[in-house]
Amino acid sequence: MARDERITLAHGNGGRLMHALVDRLAAHFSNEILDERADAAEVRIGGERLAFTTDSYVVDPLFFPGGDIGSLAVLGTVNDLAMKGAQPLFLSLGLICEEGLPVRVLDRVARSIQKAARRAGVSIVTGDLKVVEKGAAHKLFVNTSGIGVIRYFNRLGVRARPGDAILVNGGIAEHGMAIFKARHEMGFMADIKSDVAPLNGVVGRCLAASKRIRFLRDVTRGGLATTLNEIARVSRAGIEVREEDIPVRPAVRKMCDVLGFDPLYISCEGRFVCCVDGKDTAKVKRAMGPQARLIGRVVGGHRGAVHLFTRVGAGRLLPMLEQDQLPRIC
Amino acid sequence: MNRDPIRLMEVCGTHTMAIARAGIKKILPPGIALLSGPGCPVCVTSGHDIDRAAAVGRQKGVILTTFGDMMRVPGSRGSLQDLKREGRDIRIVYSCLDALEIARRTPRRDVVFMGVGFETTAPTVAATVLEARKKGIRNFSVLPHFKLIFPALEALLLSEAVRIDGFICPGHVSVITGSRPYEKIVRRFKRPCVITGFEPSDILKGIGTLVRALRTRRPRVVIEYTRAVRPAGNIKARQLLNTVFEPATAQWRGLGVIKKSGLAFRRAFRDFDALRRWPVRVAAGKEPAGCLCGDVLRGVKTPADCRLFGKKCTPEHPVGPCMVSSEGTCAAFYHYGQ
Amino acid sequence: MCLAVPAKVEKIEKGEALVDFGGVKKRVSLGILSRVAVGDHVLVHAGFAIGKVTRQEAEETQRALEELKKALRASSGTSGGFHE
Repeated sequence: MARDERITLAHGNGGRLMHALVDRLAAHFSNEILDERADAAEVRIGGERLAFTTDSYVVDPLFFPGGDIGSLAVLGTVNDLAMKGAQPLFLSLGLICEEGLPVRVLDRVARSIQKAARRAGVSIVTGDLKVVEKGAAHKLFVNTSGIGVIRYFNRLGVRARPGDAILVNGGIAEHGMAIFKARHEMGFMADIKSDVAPLNGVVGRCLAASKRIRFLRDVTRGGLATTLNEIARVSRAGIEVREEDIPVRPAVRKMCDVLGFDPLYISCEGRFVCCVDGKDTAKVKRAMGPQARLIGRVVGGHRGAVHLFTRVGAGRLLPMLEQDQLPRIC
Repeated sequence: MNRDPIRLMEVCGTHTMAIARAGIKKILPPGIALLSGPGCPVCVTSGHDIDRAAAVGRQKGVILTTFGDMMRVPGSRGSLQDLKREGRDIRIVYSCLDALEIARRTPRRDVVFMGVGFETTAPTVAATVLEARKKGIRNFSVLPHFKLIFPALEALLLSEAVRIDGFICPGHVSVITGSRPYEKIVRRFKRPCVITGFEPSDILKGIGTLVRALRTRRPRVVIEYTRAVRPAGNIKARQLLNTVFEPATAQWRGLGVIKKSGLAFRRAFRDFDALRRWPVRVAAGKEPAGCLCGDVLRGVKTPADCRLFGKKCTPEHPVGPCMVSSEGTCAAFYHYGQ
Repeated sequence: MCLAVPAKVEKIEKGEALVDFGGVKKRVSLGILSRVAVGDHVLVHAGFAIGKVTRQEAEETQRALEELKKALRASSGTSGGFHE
């Protein structure tokens, strides 16, 4: 990065630039736990294995079909804990309000937070509130940190292994397209909602079904393609997926087609990828639910890279997200 | 027997993308080389046109509207996205009609639409201008940076910079133009032209038809995309286009100046010309040193031949438009590793 | 150079059609396309219907690839260049 390099929106989009920036910053604090770069950190306190994570939420608009910044803030953090095989227990809640925000909006967000927390089985045990001048924040920013107890023997999210099956629990790109639709009035009518949902229940069922799960990662910003690249990179392995096996709901696919978006790079909120020893594929797929799909395999070759086999059977590179996609006519 | 591969050029950015995403080049049998031509309207928009659009976007009260494709194309002083970052009112629209609607809803602002695209898109803008006139919406104007593909095809073939054996022709441009304009290419240059759709099977079929046409040595125009293209094309769209616009000289990035390859407003509609409404003066820019987009756009060089490719020129820091555009040849190379 | 997506016309009102892309609906302009009827399938580009499209499916990719290979094999029998 050049000396006068500035932060751009691309640095927050979950893609390659964001990863590079995170690496640059994390280098200041390097330690074994942080360097794992898993969805949550595994820490040991008094012999107990705990998972600890944090996330900030800046979504706009605050309320959208399928959820809001409150449910997102709870479930996003709950899911990061679940990806480490932890039972999520306690959350902190930090709110930064822009001057002028109606109090009833805060009430509505708070009600949603409580509803999501009850659904996920967690409690908000501590919090903080700040107010900044008009223009210094966009309506409301939320941060949640979470802690849970890891109940799975394996250290998850460290290394997927060649031969592992790769599964996803349902159709991708729902959240991102729901947000896009809510943000831009372009006159589309479609049944597209955010897929934000607590994953600790389904993850618990997967972990009960197999002792050979090696990697769990929820698919958020940057989309499935980015998540697969993260897994390949961290595992120092290759990944191969088949385009026709990746589930996309028809309405979501159509809206992507019309706007020129690639669903593989659109964010999700209630989707996760599971890498499990090939032997347990069927068991874990069943545990993941009826929408789950086997999308590919971890391989030994092209380490760190993801290859996509297209509908015509050709293999090509599937890179991480670079720049956010913009609607196009060409 | 060792022979030169058959060299087929597609001239449509959507084809470039479709081919790259499906990995068509990887499954093509040996003996066929696919070239990418100047079919990406984003890529061929000159830096000067971007600079002029940016200058208009800086005028007080202007809302500059554009298709998303144009946002990141570099001019000599940055892109429209950079301008937005500076705090100017730049908005992405899905349709020119959306821009007109913004004008209707905000009568005290001036809405300018960045008119970019080929024969598929230009009629939609013509129709919108007619709608604006009908509704008496006066705070709306268009930057007419459209391009017409046929003069560019002729310029390519005349320049003989690269040997092209046949053309994979743009399916959606042809929905508007029909197949007749290609007859001229066939008559004059004796190259087969196959109008092709965008599914992988459409493209493979189109290539197969081109190979067969070359074998018979009787070059002709074939509509492969029969489900959408008719020989006569869309007459109403062309009539509307001709009502509002007339052919004009245009500057193409990489190809230079080509007569009658762009569109200008006819006299009766000149009050919709944003360049007349906002007569900004912009110094002629220079193509960035080392940028090979011009050669890439003509199929003379590939991205791999460019010293800047992947080093100084990446999607994050694009130097030329072939890297910026989601369907630019260099972007496709970079992302999909071809 | 053009993203155009097929959709079915459900309703027509004042020069606009409500079309269904298949789970996604939108109003598009019929300003540049004449003689459109409810039930027609059209190609939509930048908010306009640009042409009608018939419903025949895109062909099987494998078959198209086989045809292409056949065409190439037939060509490699001839010698010399392909054009003057």
